[in-house]
Amino acid sequence: MMEIGLTHYLAFAAALFTIGVFGIFVNRKNIIVILMSVEMILLAVNVNFVAFSVFLGDLVGQIFAMFVLTVAAAEAAVVLAILVVYFRNRGTIAVDDLNVLKG
Amino acid sequence: MLQIAAFYILAAVALISAIMVVSAKNPVHSVMFLITIFVTTSGLFVLAGAEYLAMLLIVVYVGAVAVLFLFVVMMLDIDFVELKQGFMRYAPFGALVALVLFAMFVLVASAVVEAKVDPHVLASPTPALDVANNTQAIGRILYTDYILFFQLAGMVLFVAMIGAIVLTLRHKPYVKRQNVGKQVARTRKTGVENTKPKIGEGVSL
Repeated sequence: MMEIGLTHYLAFAAALFTIGVFGIFVNRKNIIVILMSVEMILLAVNVNFVAFSVFLGDLVGQIFAMFVLTVAAAEAAVVLAILVVYFRNRGTIAVDDLNVLKG
Repeated sequence: MLQIAAFYILAAVALISAIMVVSAKNPVHSVMFLITIFVTTSGLFVLAGAEYLAMLLIVVYVGAVAVLFLFVVMMLDIDFVELKQGFMRYAPFGALVALVLFAMFVLVASAVVEAKVDPHVLASPTPALDVANNTQAIGRILYTDYILFFQLAGMVLFVAMIGAIVLTLRHKPYVKRQNVGKQVARTRKTGVENTKPKIGEGVSL
């Protein structure tokens, strides 16, 4: 009889992380989907933290996963605010036009 | 048996939704699939015994982050067909990078699983379930050993909130507002004037 162990969770997190990275590559123009891919990557990291925390019997992993969650939420809020301001000024959110700050 | 079936179903749904997030044509659908990922991953956390983080995932990600995404996607009037171009162009390279990354992860993960951890090095060992459940155990160390980090996390959220407000705040010059100081500083002299015009001359301004 097979048990659900650490390996299962690590494989799931690795697949989720990989799909997130793939999403950043293929959606080069749509910054909203890029942001969603970043959220997926952070979620994969959280899965890793929780899996190790549970299977090693150490609670610190879950504490740290909570802080990762906090930073992910803050990051999403700030980036979406920047996006709204950018759209207000330029009328588009295409990543190709994001070189205004280039010297 | 049920546990194994639940794990595989939840993981499969999450991974299929993840693929749909990156390949959906409409970003609104992407957000919906993102919510599916969060809910199924939360189920996986429950399965692993981390109930507190599972509920936190639902509250923070589904309740706040996904709704924020939905707001922005629906608020901005964007031509999404144009943004979708170049998908096939970058797909082979992206798949290559993703495959290499995945192979690396599997290698490292299998190496880590092989190695056994000495239980004496644990920072805060999980108490037995009859002593404290997951939420109680997290609360006991979060508000004692990690209180500084907890407050710093609150600081991070506070700064992010201020940043988001400052960025999106817009002062409209055409909106008339009440100016209390100006109203209080007004005297009778500037307001009314008593005149006694002679007949046929009118008032001079």
